[in-house]
Amino acid sequence: MSPLAKLLEAALFASSRPLTVEELATLDAESGEGAVRAALEEIRAEFDGDRHGVSLAEIAGGWQFLTRREHAEAIDRAAFALRPRRLSPAALETLAIIAYRQPVGRIEVDEIRGVDSGAVIDKLVERGLIEVASRGEGLGRPLLYGTTPQFLEMLGLQDLEDLPRLEELSVALRPPAAAEPE
Amino acid sequence: MSAPANPTGPVMTGQPGFVIELEQFSGPLDLLLHLIREDEVDITDLPISKIADQFLSVINDLGLNQAADYLEMAARLLRIKAQMLLPRHLGDDEWEDPRSELVRRLLEYQQIRELVDWLQRAAAARAEQYGRGYEAPAPDAPPAPLEIELNDLLAAAERVISLIPEPMIHRVVPRPLDVEGATRRIHMLLESRAEFGWLDLVGEAPTIVDVLSAFIALLELAKRQTITLDQPSPFAPMVIRRESPREAA
Repeated sequence: MSPLAKLLEAALFASSRPLTVEELATLDAESGEGAVRAALEEIRAEFDGDRHGVSLAEIAGGWQFLTRREHAEAIDRAAFALRPRRLSPAALETLAIIAYRQPVGRIEVDEIRGVDSGAVIDKLVERGLIEVASRGEGLGRPLLYGTTPQFLEMLGLQDLEDLPRLEELSVALRPPAAAEPE
Repeated sequence: MSAPANPTGPVMTGQPGFVIELEQFSGPLDLLLHLIREDEVDITDLPISKIADQFLSVINDLGLNQAADYLEMAARLLRIKAQMLLPRHLGDDEWEDPRSELVRRLLEYQQIRELVDWLQRAAAARAEQYGRGYEAPAPDAPPAPLEIELNDLLAAAERVISLIPEPMIHRVVPRPLDVEGATRRIHMLLESRAEFGWLDLVGEAPTIVDVLSAFIALLELAKRQTITLDQPSPFAPMVIRRESPREAA
């Protein structure tokens, strides 16, 4: 591998979160983002194939070394690493609404879910999966929430575009069929 | 994720009539969807009367009828049920299906549930790959180095020492051995008698100091050959005798 690829490999190894191309470009003043991208592809090619237990993944807008799926069970069994805690259905509902409607306030989340979501929203903020994105117009200028890079990281998404399109869902939102008077 | 088929009762607090957690359904819409799925009815043409009755019976059974969100939905269902029963004119263009708002919300909610399934699958797939993300819980920060004046330290030490209770040990009163006094007493006794017993010298109840003083005096005098010490048998009282006049003297 090229000297730049080796430098990037070291930085990616040292980091516990995905590093963006811009961040990686600060490692070496001589190398621009184009060179960094090329070096990243070099590392990816090196770790692809059947020679390594980890691979370089593009995730949440950055790059990160991840263990290969086939090793998950053994690593999990040996309890060498912590598996992320699962989210409750209530938390996932709230996340889904915020992901698609962001920036969105608590009232709208409550309306869609049909239950008070204040506590769930607070917990998601605490876990860093959502954050206050802006303040809405109107009474009390409500807090509006949006998803964070950690949300993408938790789902292994590159960006929000990776979420399924609403039209792709089997239950497309459509107006109820006009009922015929009986 | 569909609601479990055999939901158990909700978790109740000690306070009667207050539901803190509704584990099986994430809300009244979830419960409604569950009922609709069970009955396999068309969501856009809800048999509202049937669904309303089932909803009321389930929240009663599960104790959910104490939770405001469920009560509100129950009230809404009953209102729609009543509206459906109102007579209406054939071909009335103004008529709006009273169920339409609820159906819209249910469809929207169903869409969210589908997204939840998708998110769950994505999260599960991501969880099969570990990043270098394991971070051991941060150890407690080491205490800052002590910055202390010597006088403060001494004052603190004094405070601590003052708190230590007086130890319960016998206080020894210094009382030097009175060998001279014992020697004088031996001489006095020797002037009146040629020999005397140990008890004559120290008395009936001698203190340890008296005994030691007398003993040392006796040894000293015996060394100077002023007296001789004799013990008729082991552990018998010692007999002190004036040294017979020295032939040499």
